[in-house]
Amino acid sequence: MPSLKIPTPLRSYVNGQAEVLVRGATAGAALEDMLAQYPAFRPHLCKEDGSPRAFVNLFRNGINIRDLQGLDTPLGPEDILNLIPAIAGG
Amino acid sequence: MLPELSREEILRYSRHLLVPEVGLNGQRKLKGSSALIIGSGGLGSPVALYLAAAGVGHIGLVDYDVVEESNLQRQIVHGTGMVGRLKVDSARTRLLDLNPAIQVDAFNESFTSANAMRIAEPFDIIIDGTDNFPTRYLTNDLCVLTDKPNVYGAIHRFEGQASVFYAREGPCYRCLFPEPPPPGLVPSCAEAGVLGILPGTIGTIQATEAIKFLLGIGSSLSGRLLLYDALDMSFEYVKLKKNPECKVCGAHPEVTALIDYNEFCGVPGLEHEEGPEGREWDITARELSAQLKRGKPLRLIDVREPHELAISHIKGAENIPLGELAGALSKLDPSQEIVLFCKKGSRSRRGLELLASAGFKNVKNLRGGINAWAMEVDRSLPIY
Repeated sequence: MPSLKIPTPLRSYVNGQAEVLVRGATAGAALEDMLAQYPAFRPHLCKEDGSPRAFVNLFRNGINIRDLQGLDTPLGPEDILNLIPAIAGG
Repeated sequence: MLPELSREEILRYSRHLLVPEVGLNGQRKLKGSSALIIGSGGLGSPVALYLAAAGVGHIGLVDYDVVEESNLQRQIVHGTGMVGRLKVDSARTRLLDLNPAIQVDAFNESFTSANAMRIAEPFDIIIDGTDNFPTRYLTNDLCVLTDKPNVYGAIHRFEGQASVFYAREGPCYRCLFPEPPPPGLVPSCAEAGVLGILPGTIGTIQATEAIKFLLGIGSSLSGRLLLYDALDMSFEYVKLKKNPECKVCGAHPEVTALIDYNEFCGVPGLEHEEGPEGREWDITARELSAQLKRGKPLRLIDVREPHELAISHIKGAENIPLGELAGALSKLDPSQEIVLFCKKGSRSRRGLELLASAGFKNVKNLRGGINAWAMEVDRSLPIY
């Protein structure tokens, strides 16, 4: 099952977990599966049309899905998704 | 013409001169180069120290703030004796003690659209060591518009990011993050805390990238984003590409001059923690104390994280962390007066906005949070 890595700034929305196992054949389906598990995360992460907000990037195996096929990017069982938000601390 | 090194400088930089990738010419390049460091805090401290030690001939420091006790756990350019002094003066004193042969310019001002071009103009490279989104977007756009490299670093608790954004050869910050997060979604260091060493690690990486750029050696982080996790001690990289539709460095840019970055990021000003003063929903610590003494029935809700209660707490307050407030609305009585508080008033202000949007009308925010309570009402409590 693909895994979705969650960085610390967003972990409070997924019960503090660093990684969530997700089902889905595409990046978009995996994201939906994660949001179905943690519905309170949805308004923070997604716009009304369901796409991720622009301050968050989703990478599949180190490559931004924007540079692949977006939410239609195919996903295999060994793939790792990274959710990377903007952080500002300094 | 590169500047010559004096006898003293040859001795000082001898370990650099022995490295073939630096050598005498490289050290002369560093002496003739300049770097502007935005922010003299957690990231700015190690960057400034290492660039000064390395012999970058001209360093600029921008910060409007003063040194506070709570900075010293991570902002290593400052010392205890500098508490209360301007950060740029404190840092300049330390850098000139470390290396008297360099020039250090201190800009004791907020970095804004009005002054950024003037301040940055003489510098070869810009290092982003700020702590807020408006200044990060400002720094990015400035670098794109003036064709300067932006050495980026950002931190949160145990995690850090670093990259080099140089639009001439790769993506810029906006290519990666076209828009900032909604205000309040990503907490600041002052709210969330940060491992003191973390900015040391990320700032040192920024200093390394700056020195490599100035020397013209190695392969930079341009086109890559470094993700560091101190808890796992892991370094990961993801690839970054230029976004052809980027609003500042894309083929058809919309941003052709510096804009109002506070408005762009939806924040009223720089990320200060204190709540807005004079708002009708604010209550001061003294007013709250007087009301409690009179026996006024009110519900006092502490929206901090549970581990913060061990530092200080107000008797009679119940703890509902901000992240759980939305799920606890059904347990609150809209007809009862509610006073929210946190550490300094920022999180409780967001809690208040949440309650107000849910129809609660009788809600107040303790201005300055429990720290104000510790200063004005209960001096036995620590301030943090």
